[in-house]
This record gives sequence, C-alpha cells and structure tokens, in this order.
Amino acid sequence: MSEIVVGTEIPALEIKPVSRTTLALYCGASADHNPIHVDIDFAKKAGLDDVIAHGMLSMAYLGRMLTNWVPQAQLRKFSNRFAAMTHIGDVITCTGKVVELLEKNGETLARCEIQAANADGELTLMGEALVAVA
Amino acid sequence: MLELDHSKLGYEFPAYDVDVEKGQLKFFAKAIGETNPIYSDEEAAKDAGHRTIPALPTFPIVVNMSGPEYLPVLDLLGMKLSGILHANQSFEYFGDLYAGDKITVTNKISDMQEKKGGALLFVTVESSFTNQDGELVVKADQTLAYRNS
Repeated sequence: MSEIVVGTEIPALEIKPVSRTTLALYCGASADHNPIHVDIDFAKKAGLDDVIAHGMLSMAYLGRMLTNWVPQAQLRKFSNRFAAMTHIGDVITCTGKVVELLEKNGETLARCEIQAANADGELTLMGEALVAVA
Repeated sequence: MLELDHSKLGYEFPAYDVDVEKGQLKFFAKAIGETNPIYSDEEAAKDAGHRTIPALPTFPIVVNMSGPEYLPVLDLLGMKLSGILHANQSFEYFGDLYAGDKITVTNKISDMQEKKGGALLFVTVESSFTNQDGELVVKADQTLAYRNS
C-alpha cells in the first residue's frame, strides 16, 4: 500500500443495483427482520411506495471499501449518518478520502471522510473512519 | 402524539450473551457481497494470520440484533416499528471479534432528543460487546429517529 497522506483517496467501491433478493439475503443474514425492508404491504402502511434498503447494508458497503483499502485490524472507529433512503434499483457508490492525520494513544491515525451516494449523486450515508496508519 | 419519557434516559436493558457462529459470519459476508476469502474461508483466514474467520466491521449490529427481543427500546418508549428510521450508527473497535466468540451485549439509553417541535424523536442506545475472556472488543452507538404521525 502506498503512503497514506492528507488527500489520499480511498479506492471507490461501486455496488450492483440493490434488488429485493439483496434485501431478503441481508434480512436473513443480519438478524434485522424489520419488515419495512422486505414486505411491500408493511412498507405501504408505513407511508412508503415500496420497501427500502437497510441503512446497515449500505454501511456494510462502506465497511467493504475500508477493509479493501486497509486490513480491518487497523480500523479504530467507523461512524455515519443515514442521510437519505436507498431504494430498489439504486446503484450505490462508496467513496472516501483522508482529511487529517492525528496522533492518539501513541498511534498515527488517518481521519477519513466517507460517503455513499446513489447514481443521481444524492448522498445516502455520510460518515467518518479513523484508521491506524502502519 | 408520542412524547419522549425522559425518565428512561440512562435505562439499562438486561444484558445477554450471543454466540458468534461461523456459518452466520459466512452468510453475512455473502449478503453484503464481500469477496475477500478471509471472511468466508477458515483456511484463508488462518493464512492471513487470523485464528479463524473474523467478523466484518458492521457485524456487531448483528450480534446486538440477535438478542431475545427485536429493538426492545421500541416497547420501552411506546414506539411503533413502522415509525422508526435509523439515523446514526457508530462503532469503536478495541479488540478482535471472531467466530466462536461468546459475546455479552449491554444496551443503555444514552441520549433522547425532540426535533421539529416533537414531530421527530431521537433516541440513542449505547452498546458494549465483551468477549468470553472479559475483553471489551467493541462499543457502538445507534440513534433511531421516530416520526410522530
């Protein structure tokens, strides 16, 4: 891995369109059985037009981007805000970059701004990761 | 219109234990499209220096959700499942989480806020994940937004 400096871009991760199968699999695998993600009747009763993706599925995609970039053992902190809903068919792209290098507990940490966006460029997740720089 | 019961700030839910199962780690990796073999193949994980298959960074939420009740904070505060959205999530990592671990999960209400004149209610649950050796491996904060209607 090349040197991590302020401005270093994390290699982007583009995800194939979110399908109902994706959400059904994530529902089973994640123990998050909220029907709003898999049951269109429930989603409509909740005032939506259709089911929506789990926010945590997109956060898992951000996590994939991070662990593709650095070994997971270097990850110290990982957080995000869920800014917009992800719908069936959306193509999510994860991006991020190093915005600061800081010292904490004797380690050099890279503070990274990370985000997920749909094909319209609307940000769906906005967050931050702290990564120990080897 | 539901109002937040601020007397519940600091409320601690009963702790529970969750076994981190290898099969579930593999299923989770598949469900999120993770293709790095260390997350699904024990031999690949060992070759990479792991004792077995590690849990992915967001997997602690799955451990949390594997408790005896789905989001017990909803019942406690009188919130309908159809009214909630996930607003914020954070994880802080102190140690490793692996297949075969037995994790003790604690959950506590750490923040409650009204916004937009009470039309939106926010509640944050702070969680800790401690392994069978008594080592705190992860802390997490989950903020749910409740739309009053």
